[in-house]
Amino acid sequence: MSNHIIELKNVSVAFDGQQIIENMNLYIRDKEFITFLGPSGCGKTTTLRMIAGFQEPDSGEVIFDGKVINGVPPHKRQLNTIFQRYALFPHLNVYENIAFGLRLKKTPEKDIKEAVTEMLSLINLKGFERRNIASLSGGQQQRVAIARALVVKPRVLLLDEPLGALDLKLRKDMQVELKNIQQRLGITFIYVTHDQEEALSMSDTIVVMDSGVIQQIGTPTDIYNEPKNAFVADFIGESNIIEGVMRADFWVEMAGHRFKCLDKGFGVDENVDVVVRPEDVDVVPVEKSMISGIVTSITFKGVYYEIIVEIKGFKWMIQSTDYQAVGSTIGLNVEPDAIHIMKKSQYSGLYGDYSSFSEEFDELSDATVYEDEDE
Amino acid sequence: MNKQSSLMSRLAGAPYLVWAALFIIVPLGMVAYYAFTDSEGAFTLANLAEISKYKDTFVLSIWLGLLATVICLLIAYPLAYIMAQKGPQKQSTMTMLIMLPMWMNFLLRTYSWMTILEDYGLVNTLITSLGFEPLQLINTRGAVVLGMVYNFLPYMILPIYTVMLKTDHSLVEAAQDLGGNKLDVFRNVTIPLSVPGVVSGFTMVFVPSVSTFYISQKLGGTGTILIGDIIETQFQTANNFHLGASLSFILMILIFICLAVMNRFSDDDGGVII
Amino acid sequence: MKKTSIGSKLYQALVFIFLYAPIIVLIVFSFNSGKSTSVFEGFSLHWYKELFRDAATLDAFKNSMIVAVASSIIATVMGTTAATAIYGYKNKLLKSSVMTVTNIPMMNPEIVTGVSMMLLFVFIGAVFGKTGTLGFGTLIIAHTTFELPYVILNVLPKLRQTDPHLAEAAQDLGCTPLQAFFKVMLPAIMPGIISGLMMAFTLSVDDFIISYFVSGTESQTLPIRIFSMTKRRVTPDMYALSTLIFVAILVLLIVSNIISAHGDKKLSKEKGGAKK
Repeated sequence: MSNHIIELKNVSVAFDGQQIIENMNLYIRDKEFITFLGPSGCGKTTTLRMIAGFQEPDSGEVIFDGKVINGVPPHKRQLNTIFQRYALFPHLNVYENIAFGLRLKKTPEKDIKEAVTEMLSLINLKGFERRNIASLSGGQQQRVAIARALVVKPRVLLLDEPLGALDLKLRKDMQVELKNIQQRLGITFIYVTHDQEEALSMSDTIVVMDSGVIQQIGTPTDIYNEPKNAFVADFIGESNIIEGVMRADFWVEMAGHRFKCLDKGFGVDENVDVVVRPEDVDVVPVEKSMISGIVTSITFKGVYYEIIVEIKGFKWMIQSTDYQAVGSTIGLNVEPDAIHIMKKSQYSGLYGDYSSFSEEFDELSDATVYEDEDE
Repeated sequence: MNKQSSLMSRLAGAPYLVWAALFIIVPLGMVAYYAFTDSEGAFTLANLAEISKYKDTFVLSIWLGLLATVICLLIAYPLAYIMAQKGPQKQSTMTMLIMLPMWMNFLLRTYSWMTILEDYGLVNTLITSLGFEPLQLINTRGAVVLGMVYNFLPYMILPIYTVMLKTDHSLVEAAQDLGGNKLDVFRNVTIPLSVPGVVSGFTMVFVPSVSTFYISQKLGGTGTILIGDIIETQFQTANNFHLGASLSFILMILIFICLAVMNRFSDDDGGVII
Repeated sequence: MKKTSIGSKLYQALVFIFLYAPIIVLIVFSFNSGKSTSVFEGFSLHWYKELFRDAATLDAFKNSMIVAVASSIIATVMGTTAATAIYGYKNKLLKSSVMTVTNIPMMNPEIVTGVSMMLLFVFIGAVFGKTGTLGFGTLIIAHTTFELPYVILNVLPKLRQTDPHLAEAAQDLGCTPLQAFFKVMLPAIMPGIISGLMMAFTLSVDDFIISYFVSGTESQTLPIRIFSMTKRRVTPDMYALSTLIFVAILVLLIVSNIISAHGDKKLSKEKGGAKK
């Protein structure tokens, strides 16, 4: 308990009668890199703003370092935020932006200079002191925003989709750099993103959220290998989510075959969701296979082929380094450790098979407009 | 864009370019021409020399204009700030309420102040009925400044309000996040970011105030003659176009100098350019 | 919502009292039965009847409308084409110098603009040996000139907001450049054109200073008529006139507000329906 820097207890938030956060409970350990992961509108940014103090919960407690901080204004909280679009002050230059928090604390000029210089070297922007904010590239602005928040020595840094505006390669570099900074300074990072790859590669702990409810908390490997429900399985990586029946402990039946697995503790003949990752399916000769199906499409992805195989009316995705002709019948094997069994949940059956990759594509016939907005 | 459409856009611009040359640039040339010639059409500096007689009038006009502008700023700034904090429904209602008086005829709005300020007007009626001595309100410089403030106040409120509304709210949050209380945020973020609005409000109030003639005629009596009054007299009654043109010429140059100074001031601050 | 302090409420109230005091005085005295504009003698509609009997004022009103309609239409058409052209200019120097000239009528004191145009018209009249060049023509020219920058500045931002590939897409689908402009660009920038037109119209109706210098005796507009009336002691029929104008504008604004609020609601409903 003692190393919990932040705790949320039974926290709820609603806007205009719409529930954004529903009775959330969460603790965050000191010095960890924790990520709130979920689709737009899942409540992750609201949770972050609640911790920062820009949003008050309708009910429940926000606890920082053992003290309830409900009602404490943002400027009195020992945490700082990296805003989505950086929110750098356009009327101040790089130096003054970074010095902003220190000046408010009436820090002596000499110390400010020292601290800002140190920060500029931390973010590799030495010599940029007098530059105008508008003249910086997106990546440079991002670094200034990080320096501006870190210079006031927060115990926790909140990052609201900080890399969203950067291009792919720069984003990858910044991921490494952020992780390095976090480890070097030894402070807690709370990171918000909808990018699962980003979450998997940077975090100590991932909190997967949907519709204001935490779906799963765990390490990246836990979340990937043992998703709690169909939502988590579908949101993190590619996965075949198949309806199955637990015939006994360690035995599950799906796609007309009885597979050995590592899961137990379900009722006999209980309906379950089975997750099989595409990379865990082996292509074998039909006669030696557990199940077989017809290849309906194949796409070259560089390292592997992505093959869609129809087995008993359900389209599986598998990844294989060998080419298979469309229309041919192939055999598939799934090892026990590649099978993950989940209890049925409200998300069961929502994601379907690999007839298409996205929900959006499924909905095109409804002519609905996809809106790219965040919370 | 391909050649055809760029040629088209050039042709589309032609009527306006001709119009602007004929009715914006040439008339200003006419002002200069009349300012430097006598009634025979010969070059002379006599008109400009005569302006020295009106030095005090220029000084008074600029002084009163400046005073009115500063008072407008002091009234408008807090109001714009209050408005910018409100919900969208209230904001649109208040914007409408501020613009509505501008739709009333400017002359009648000013004239109506006479009714209020006159020797036997509403204010003095009220004061005497309370048993006090009546005040000299009308035909004072104070009344002229009041008229300017009244007529041009919306031009100060609206630009400041618009800039404040456009300010990214996350900047305010960032300042709070870095440890700023309300006053800190106001001083370090809200005020510097509103400079462009203040500058445009300043010019929009200062220019018509300096050059007005109706307000001073109605509320200032014979004691407050402004540069606008002198120019109006030259063209409408004295028929001395040459002196009138040279006065206008100087007024225009003075105002452009003021605007240039103001713009420089706002550029140095590096504020958002509107 | 934040709580508003009493101080802030009081402050807002004071500002609005200041803004509306003269207007209320004006409306009250328009119903005065006496001739005074400062002593209220009793309620009557006498001055409204007087107003409709005053041929000169009605004439001035008609003139104002003619000038406003003509000049705002000319300014809108010319300003819209000008804005499109300016937007397309590749040459930065040309663009910025055209914009500088465009800004002159807005920056210059109105009295200088009025005087400069008067001098031009008088000069041309003198060259052709005519007097009395000032009239409807000069009024419309002058009004068009000071309305133009407002139209251009309303249309330009809309052009900038429009996807630059819109016209190209239309041409790609077989429009000529001219068709592309009328079928695609024009609808996209229409809100800017409309607000430019409305602004031009109201500026024209409201203008006194510039009209004062460029109008002839036969082409008095309403503000000039009011000016000449306020030279003497004003009778409340002028107040009746401005009350009528005020009420008309108020009704117009409320109606347009209701329409736009209604539109917003409809829009948000449709949006809500599309979201799951």
